[in-house]
Amino acid sequence: MTASAAKVLLQVQDLMAWYGESQALHGAGFDVREGEVVTLVGRNGAGKTTILKSIMGLMPRVAGSIRYQGRETLALRPDQIAACGIALCPEERAIFGSLSVWENLMLPPVVAPGGFSVDEIMQLFPNLAERRDAGGTTLSGGEQQMLAIGRILRTGARLLLLDEPSEGLAPVIVQHIAQTIRQIKARGFTVLLVEQNVNFSRAISDRYCVVEMGRVICHYTRAEIESDPARLTQHLTV
Amino acid sequence: MTEQNMLAANTAGVAIHGRRNYLIAIGIMVVALIAAPFFLYPVFLMKVLAFALFACGFNLLFGYTGIMSFGHAAFFGTGSYVVAWTMNRWGLTPEVALLAALAGGALIGLVFGVIAIRRQGLYFAMVTLALAQLLYFVFLQAPFTEGENGIHMKGRGSVFGVISIESDLAAYCFVSVVFLLCFMLIVRTVHSPFGQVLKATRDNEARVLSLGYQVNRYKLIAFVLSSALAAVAGGLKAVALGLATLHDVHFATSGDVVLMTLLGGLGTLFGPVIGAVVATSMWEFLSRFGSWVTFLQGLILVLCVVLFRRGIVGELAARLHIKL
Amino acid sequence: MIIFGMPLALVVSQLLLGMINGAFYATLSLGLAVIFGTLGIINFVHGALFMMGAYVSWMLLQWVGLGYWPALILSPLIVGLLAALLEKVVISRLYKLDHVYAFLLTFGVAMMIEALFRNIFGSAGRPYAVPDLLRGGVDLDFMILPLYRLWVVVASLVLCVATWYAIEKTSLGAKLRAATENAAIVQALGVNVPRLMTLTYAGGAALAAFAGVLAAPIYSVSAHMGTDVVIVVFAVVVIGGMGSIKGSVIAGFALGVIEGLTRVVYPESSSTVIFLVMAIVLLIRPRGLFGRGA
Repeated sequence: MTASAAKVLLQVQDLMAWYGESQALHGAGFDVREGEVVTLVGRNGAGKTTILKSIMGLMPRVAGSIRYQGRETLALRPDQIAACGIALCPEERAIFGSLSVWENLMLPPVVAPGGFSVDEIMQLFPNLAERRDAGGTTLSGGEQQMLAIGRILRTGARLLLLDEPSEGLAPVIVQHIAQTIRQIKARGFTVLLVEQNVNFSRAISDRYCVVEMGRVICHYTRAEIESDPARLTQHLTV
Repeated sequence: MTEQNMLAANTAGVAIHGRRNYLIAIGIMVVALIAAPFFLYPVFLMKVLAFALFACGFNLLFGYTGIMSFGHAAFFGTGSYVVAWTMNRWGLTPEVALLAALAGGALIGLVFGVIAIRRQGLYFAMVTLALAQLLYFVFLQAPFTEGENGIHMKGRGSVFGVISIESDLAAYCFVSVVFLLCFMLIVRTVHSPFGQVLKATRDNEARVLSLGYQVNRYKLIAFVLSSALAAVAGGLKAVALGLATLHDVHFATSGDVVLMTLLGGLGTLFGPVIGAVVATSMWEFLSRFGSWVTFLQGLILVLCVVLFRRGIVGELAARLHIKL
Repeated sequence: MIIFGMPLALVVSQLLLGMINGAFYATLSLGLAVIFGTLGIINFVHGALFMMGAYVSWMLLQWVGLGYWPALILSPLIVGLLAALLEKVVISRLYKLDHVYAFLLTFGVAMMIEALFRNIFGSAGRPYAVPDLLRGGVDLDFMILPLYRLWVVVASLVLCVATWYAIEKTSLGAKLRAATENAAIVQALGVNVPRLMTLTYAGGAALAAFAGVLAAPIYSVSAHMGTDVVIVVFAVVVIGGMGSIKGSVIAGFALGVIEGLTRVVYPESSSTVIFLVMAIVLLIRPRGLFGRGA
């Protein structure tokens, strides 16, 4: 299925968001089609994480439109948005220290059929199987990242929001995660990614949206970036 | 411009722009103080002033420093018992007795403060409440407080040994003067660099800490100052009513002062005064409903917290775009 | 036998009394700690809920003819429901503010509830009979151990352990523990956190009400039962460590015993000893005995 033939899963239009008095998003807009891996790129503070948080309903104040599978979700509570089929893997991973690895994994409720089963998740991330009963925060950074991803794979959510999954991780683990995302995509999931690591995003993305000062200023397809990688990096230099 | 310079400029700015408003408001207050005894009973007025000072002292802590103490009755009660006892037993003149009350309040405040200051926010409130309750039981059982009866004062004595304040009107003048002095002290404190640090601590403690200020020390000083003022207020109440009772140390009184300050306007200079006036008048008026007063007090507190957090003066100041 | 210059019977009976008080302190501070951990508020209403638990059992007996055993279940249910209503309608609006305001609100509500009950039922205590099954006592050589008091201690222990289990070992408990750490993310992961909070508040209230039913035959039912005990419970929670369930339970029982012992050795201090312990603990270990973090 080519990207243009797939239906639009997520439609963000004219999204504005504020932290208290300060406005972080000034009318961001982009689409994500079913089965794609789309990466939001941009400098620090451009608004990438804010976009993900807005989609998940975690911003104190937003305006504009976010439509998932045609349904307007801007005003919904985070748990209602999760129930629609969107799941977030936050930048800080948010593994709960007072819960065991197993409890962390089982915490989010299943919202739809078609998610990964526990066995499949354990196959993807063998380390987690070994550390089942350990406290969540006794895991290494890489293991916590895998747990955070595994946690949302179980729910059956079709749109996965991943915020800097490769941040601070050793190269071999980063490769593992890239491989995991390819497998997720092969199963028909849709991924919206925020990434600073250009090599990582180039390994998996179908499309890129460049975010600058709270707006999406341009798009690139995979082909465009492969033929000229500088197109991407120019937006990331100071 | 360094942060310290900015704080200083802020102080000056308030002085330039807000000074006229303050002078007007203080002027109104002085006129009201002078005129009031012609319309209302001096004893009632003295009670109002005592609670107004109590609330102003509390507001210094809660409204301006952002710390809530839920045990302020401990200091109020200490003040009233010290005044009643020293005037009865040692024959101290009222102004000296008030100084003793101030010292007593400051001392207890220091002890409570040192114990409680390690905790923040809600913990702090709970600890102060528990400590105050400790003091309540001490007062209940100590022989010199005469337990449930309270201490009845033999008289109001004479200021400096010469000016008799036995008459209600003379006592009122004395109480008003003390109140005004303390109020001016609070005004000066709020507008001083020290006051600016307190306000900054209320708004963003982490920031103030990162600027190199020893925040806990400032908070402790504010706490001791607030407790000293509360003790003076308790002393004034004893002079006014000639009585120190256990109710002065009861946590219900702690709740009263919180309600008054919230109702009047947290973080404003005149809010606590208005709050005390409104609250005390209300209790007098509602006392005919007997035991339902407590219910209404609770209801008013609930309504204030949910709907009316800025309080009377706070709302007024917001509408008029001035600082009060 | 003489200990502390007193006959053994007196010392042991005071210790037992201390254990009973400790049982109430433990159960009440458990509820308070759970509510604080998850909702972040200090629930001054807790004392009033305790009192309501006792009064509802009295009302069930007087007006509906239902005795102690049904009351043990119905009273916590009724009080829990009312508490859920309070949380949903009023308290939840205040979460986004400084939590001091929620504390003040609960203080106001507690005042209202106590005044309401005092006006309707008067301030005199209403007696509530010990259930038939638990009358009488166990004959130890030097004293008779009242069966009901034994029951109170056992029931409280069982309840505390059951609550601990529910929180540490069940998936609902896992949601609660996670929400204590980061409620926003838990909600983003699909858990209905607002409903979880209402449930937690109602649960804490039910615990308090249960303690109230247990208390009714011992202390008689009066409007000021709650306020008498709530500040002591605050001190217990501070000593145990604010968010710690284990801390609350251990501190509750321990302080009850300490209070009981003090009553034997130095009776004048018995009402103040818990606060003194709190002051000392705060100076040595500000987090409380089992508390974590600031």
